[in-house]
This record gives sequence, structure tokens and C-alpha cells, in this order.
Amino acid sequence: MGAFVALVGKDLQIFFGDRRSVILTLAVPIAIASFFGAIFSGAGGGGASEAAKIPVMVVDDDRSAISKSIVAGMEKDSALKISTVPLDQARAAVQSGTTAVAVVIPPGFGEAAGRAFLAAAQPPEIGLLFDPSRTAEVSMIRGMLTGHVMEAVGQEMFSGVQGRALVDEALANIDAINLPADQRETLRSLLQSVQRFNQTNGVTGTQGLMTVPYTVNENAVTSRANVAYNSYAHSFAGMGIQFLLFAGIDLGTGILLERERGLWKRFRSAPVSRFAMLGARAMSGTLLTLLTLLVSFGFAMVVFGVRIEGSIAGFALVALACSIMAATFGLLVSALGRTAAATRRVAGLAVLIMVMLGGAWVPSFIFPAWLQTVTVVIPARWAVDGLDAMTWRGLGLQAALLPTFVMLLFSLVFGALTLWKFRWEEA
Amino acid sequence: MGRLERTVLVISELQKAYGSIVAVNGVSFSLERGRLLGLLGPNGAGKSTTVSMIAGLVTPDHGTVTIDGVRLSGDTDPVKRRIGLVPQDLALYDELSARANLQLFGSLYGLSTRALAAAISRTLSLVGLADRMHDKVKTFSGGMKRRLNLAAGLLHDPDVLLLDEPTVGVDPQSRNAIFENLEQLKASGTALLYTTHYMEEAERLADRIVVMDHGRVLADDTLSGLRSRRAGAADGSASLESLFLELTGRSLRD
Repeated sequence: MGAFVALVGKDLQIFFGDRRSVILTLAVPIAIASFFGAIFSGAGGGGASEAAKIPVMVVDDDRSAISKSIVAGMEKDSALKISTVPLDQARAAVQSGTTAVAVVIPPGFGEAAGRAFLAAAQPPEIGLLFDPSRTAEVSMIRGMLTGHVMEAVGQEMFSGVQGRALVDEALANIDAINLPADQRETLRSLLQSVQRFNQTNGVTGTQGLMTVPYTVNENAVTSRANVAYNSYAHSFAGMGIQFLLFAGIDLGTGILLERERGLWKRFRSAPVSRFAMLGARAMSGTLLTLLTLLVSFGFAMVVFGVRIEGSIAGFALVALACSIMAATFGLLVSALGRTAAATRRVAGLAVLIMVMLGGAWVPSFIFPAWLQTVTVVIPARWAVDGLDAMTWRGLGLQAALLPTFVMLLFSLVFGALTLWKFRWEEA
Repeated sequence: MGRLERTVLVISELQKAYGSIVAVNGVSFSLERGRLLGLLGPNGAGKSTTVSMIAGLVTPDHGTVTIDGVRLSGDTDPVKRRIGLVPQDLALYDELSARANLQLFGSLYGLSTRALAAAISRTLSLVGLADRMHDKVKTFSGGMKRRLNLAAGLLHDPDVLLLDEPTVGVDPQSRNAIFENLEQLKASGTALLYTTHYMEEAERLADRIVVMDHGRVLADDTLSGLRSRRAGAADGSASLESLFLELTGRSLRD
């Protein structure tokens, strides 16, 4: 026991003996988590809604009532920041990455769309010029565009000048439409009703018809009513885990450095058990990583108003499990590594992949479905989920149990692999 | 034969192989209290592996290490308390003071707080670093670190001290100081096993010399005994280096 305590004490003494290192260890995660939190809260961009707007360029080569209506609808969309530009400028902007998507409405689009709407004619194309590195934004804009086009075309058919002309044209040509006779008569009746409706409502048309038949009432589900989502809670969880795992790497490479410096020869020549030697490192690693995590969250609470909206005991459990997991990860690094320098690079890459897949950097929904499934084997994901559950999600102790259990399971696996692969012999 | 002459360390038929490479092959020798055995051999001869097996760092494939007749076995074997190791590397924490280093290494041997404090004071005085005990090791010269490295192996007052090239890279003054420390230890009854490439060190310090090569013991004798065995050495004044080269050959090993 004396050797165990002495080894733990040595690690703590070395850590706290280097003030510069202590400050950096605590300050760097705070700085980076603050940065990420600010990005995802929209701070610095004039508020959340403005920060969330997606820049889209529109090339309206049609200039019809329908195309103008589409552009007007997109301009009113709070999620989009529309600028109307010529085609060359739009293509250059997408190529340079200034904008993710440009919508190209070709000449004749309005008429063709109206005909397709009324009489099953060949639908026209809308062009999308997009940045292939930003496919998530492309998917969102494709969905929004569908809504705006349907609304613009539908309204024009029931109220606009171009729509009236197209209804008249469709009625004149209805016998040419390839439909069964009874269906053709039904369509004729429908179009005549639309024609009468348009005549009844004069040249100004009728507003409110053929619009999107719903509005959205958005409610962010957080810990409880009237508690806003605090993006810093998530960023401090994600970055906290990242730096815990980095601390684990430091622990592992520290052991490798001790081995290179001959210190393990001293340890191994003493009557000290293997458990004491590795357990002491796991203990000191757990204490130091736990301290780092708690200081980070303490800062987030004081400065950014992050709160443990869920179970405090659950938060403590998850934080402790995270620290044990990071420390045992460090032991595994020491068991698998050969030299400290090379191991640091490889382990650093592994941690970056782990935290990225764990959702610490970007939301995991942008990953392919198979990858989202695979992330259950990433300990960082459980850590982030557990901390999120106890902070901004405001869930109870029960929600902490599974992440805690899984992380302790990872710790056991890391520990077992360490015992298996650790090079005990010091030639 | 008095107490100081009593055999304390016996190694018998030690063997160790790494895959197809046999590092140590049937090595046997013994060491008495108050004596210094010089273990010599070219690089790759098996000296370090032999010392590692005696220190418990490496498990032998075959053979035994006994201290006063008690066989060494297992990580936590109390017999380990009777062995001290001074590794070739400066196995010290630069970030800690000399005292903190010794406190840590002494704690590994289960010394009580009081006994540890006394041991730190004793060993630092022995190596002439008592006035620097509170200074961080990173402020020490190479020679001072070597002396502290020696002190760390002596804290628990071992019966057998294993020294693996303990004077590498030190100036003549520090080397001489270390030699004087070793003479004191011999006089106090500690058995010393000393590996080195410096023949003049072995000539000066060793009561007996074991020459190893290719994992085997080629010679185990006193310096005068080795000289007398040399073919054609009429005056018995051949240098240890010439004897060593005669035994191990002149081909390069690295």
C-alpha cells in the first residue's frame, strides 16, 4: 500500500510541480470548448437566427411570375440568406466555397412548371450548383426549395395572371391529354371550376390559397419548460472528453518515457506488485483527468451558465467513469506503444477519430447510418451522451447508469488488454 | 572464513532466450559479502540480461538466483529487499528534488517514514549530496546525477548491490567519488556486482572478474589468476584489456 500511495503521490507531485503545465492542462480545454460553444450558440454573429442562415445564390433566368414568386418565398425563409446573381457569378461562388448552393431557374421554367402541374406535362428542371464538400446543406436546401416551388406554382394557378393563362390553355388542349375519358371529364370540370374561381376573384387574385398547409411551432425540448438549450454544455462535454483522452495519452507515453529512462527497472527491481505499479498510474490518471473535467465544467457553470439540470449524482458517476476510462486508455497506450514519440502520434490520431465519431466536434447525424450505428463502440460517444444527459437534457440518475456502465466496461477491457500486452520484462 | 567472506549471492545455470536468440546460456557464479565482482563482456555478451535476471526484471527460462540460500521468485518476493539496483540509465525524476526521488524509491521497499528519512540522510551524505537534497535533479550535473543514482540503489541497505555501468559519462572527479563510495560499501560488507566496459575500473575495484561472451562465462577468476592463465605471460603483468581481448576476440560487436 505504501508503494501504491507513493507512486500516486509522485505523479501528483510532478503534475502540480509544473505550474505552466497545470495552467495549460486546465486552460486549453476551456478555451477550445468555449470557442466551439460560441460557434454553435451563434454568438458573435448577431444572434442565433442570423448565425444559422444558409447562404444561397439564385439565378433567375426565367423572370416569370412563378420564378419571381419562388425567389420571394425563399427570401422570406428565415433559414436562408438569398442573393440573386447571374449564372457565372453563382458558379464562381460555389467553386470558391463562398456559398454551398446556387439555384438556377432556367428560362421558361414558370410556364413549363404550370403545365406540368395542371396537365401532367414533362416537368422542367431546376438547376442546383453545389459544393460537394457540403452535402448536408444541399440536402436541406433541396427540401426547402421543393416547398417554395410547390407553393409558388400552386398560388399562381389559382390567382396569378400566368396561371389563368395556363388554365385557359389547359382547357383548350384538354382533349389532347392522354387520359381515360371519365378522368378527362373530371379534369375538365376541375379546370373550369378553377377558371370560374379566378374570374370571380378579379385580376388581383386570392391570397392564401395553395400555400403550405401548416406552420411549425418549434419547441426546443430541454430539461424543462423555459430552460433554453445551452450549447456550452455540449461543447464542454465534447472537448472535455477529448482532453481527457489526450491526458490518457500523456499518461501512457509517460510510462513509456519512464521505461526509456530506466525508471521501470527501479520499480520492477523492488518488491512491488504489478497491480500496484499499473493501478497507481490508473489512480493518479483518474484523479488528474477528473480534476481537469471538473475544473472545465466549473468554468462553464460560472462563465456560461451551464447547469447540471439533471442528477448531480449521475453527473458525478459519469464524470468518474469518464476519468477511469481515460486513465485505463492511457495504460493501454503504454502497453501497445514502443517509443513515446511514435506512440503519441498514433494515439493522438486514434483519439481525434474517437472524439469525432463520438459527436464531440460535429453532430453525428451527418454521418452515414452505418457509421452512426458503429459509434456505439466509441467510448467518447457514451461519455458525451452521459454528460449531455446530466447537464442540458436534465435527465435523472437512471439515464446516467447506462453510459457509466458502458464506460466502466470499456475500462475493464482496456485494463485487461493492458495486463495482457504490457511488457513487464526489462532487459 | 569470517562473516564478510560468506557467500551471499549464488546464480546457477541461468538461461534466457528471446525467440531463437540465446542471450544467456548456463551462467553460474557466486559472490561473497564485502567483495566486488567485475562482470565484463563485449556488447551483446549477456551481461545486462544476467543482471536483469538477478534483479528480478527478467524471468529466467532456467536456473536460479539465491540470496543467502533463499531462491528469488515473483514480483513481490521479500528477497528483493536484499538486492539493490543501480541501472545504467539515470533512473531519476528530473522534475523532483533529490529528496523526493529518494522518498519515492525508498517507499517501494516499505521503509517506515523514520527509517526512510534516516536512509535518505545516510545515502545522500555517502554520495556527497546532502546539501543539495532539496534541489531539483534537473539542476544537477551529470556526475551528481550518477551519484544520486547510486544513492537510490542503496536506500534500503541491500546485501547485494548490482551496478550496471555506473560511471558512464562522468568526469574523473565524480568517478573517483563513486569508487570511494563503493570501497566504503565493500568495507561495510555489501556484495557488489559491477558491469563495465572500462577495464581500468575492473582492475582497480574488482576482487574477482567474470568474463562473458555469447551468453556464456568464459572466465571466472581473480585478476592475478587470469594473468597466470595467459599463455606465455611470464611476468604476470599483462593488462586486463589484453586478457579480455584474448578471451573474447577482436571482432567488432556493434
